[in-house]
Amino acid sequence: MNTPRQSPAAFEYLTTKKDELVGWARKFSLFPYPFVTACCGMEFMSVSSTLYDTDRFGAALPRFSPRQSDLMMVVGTINHKQAPVLRKVYEQMCEPKWVIAFGTCTISGGFYQNYAVLLGIDKVIPVDVYIPGCPPRPEMVIDGIMQLQDKIATARHPLINEHF
Amino acid sequence: MHDAILKRLRERLAVEAGLAATLSQGLLVLVQKPDELLAIAQTLKHKFAFDLLLDVTAVDWPQRQPRFDVVYHFYSTQDHVRVRLKTAVSETSPEVDSLRSLYGSANIMERECHEMYGIRFRDNPDLRPILLYEGFEGYPLRKDYPKQREQPQV
Ligand code: SF4
Repeated sequence: MNTPRQSPAAFEYLTTKKDELVGWARKFSLFPYPFVTACCGMEFMSVSSTLYDTDRFGAALPRFSPRQSDLMMVVGTINHKQAPVLRKVYEQMCEPKWVIAFGTCTISGGFYQNYAVLLGIDKVIPVDVYIPGCPPRPEMVIDGIMQLQDKIATARHPLINEHF
Repeated sequence: MHDAILKRLRERLAVEAGLAATLSQGLLVLVQKPDELLAIAQTLKHKFAFDLLLDVTAVDWPQRQPRFDVVYHFYSTQDHVRVRLKTAVSETSPEVDSLRSLYGSANIMERECHEMYGIRFRDNPDLRPILLYEGFEGYPLRKDYPKQREQPQV
């Protein structure tokens, strides 16, 4: 005799948009690539360690190969000699990819204005979220990550086509 | 103790090598002509045990003739004192002898001094830039390099 099938949860199916589904999955599985060059790196360590813990946003596991990561965090001063390296690392990342400019130096060069420093990484690669501060407080970094998550969640994902 | 050593060294420099050193901030200072540089470095190293070359750099005096000072710092690991050796070179031929035959560390420090100030070091075959890149024009630590001039690569 067949026992009636038990309902496993309160609801058995959801309705959503595919874009939202993919965005929801992606926004909680960011794999950051830390491109750390200067003093902002200390703040990056503090925000990713226990007290502030970027793991809560799914952005915990730094990947040290650009090919395995989808979020590039540019942390610290970038100079002209390094700019081609930054561009190359960015180009090696697979789509979809996002960039966070962490600290004033990466946004505008900060207080540097000389022969050596690149005045803003957006001259070289596209940037999604700018986090100002010298260095930014961990709260600001978390706010930046959450803004990026919103951006991902509401974006259209080219993955979705007629086969999916 | 330190002062006594400095005083004794200063006397020895005057008597044994004929070099008049002054004292500045706990350092012996020698000001010499560029063509005597190599000989003096040799004396300092072999006779006075200044066996460590700490730094090679330059100072730009835009209003002065000759325009540049090339500055060397030596350290004696035996007496624990430092000596500064300065030599003035002109803008038209900013050239001094390389100390690489005496100190291996001179290789790299002369390269840096060359890229930043445009001082040429005779007999140093490898004056490629270290901190700058190929194709960089001018010498950024000279006073007449415009502060905001950038030379981006990409
Ligand atoms: S923004 Fe400030 S803390 Fe960050 S790398 Fe630049 S100078 Fe350092």
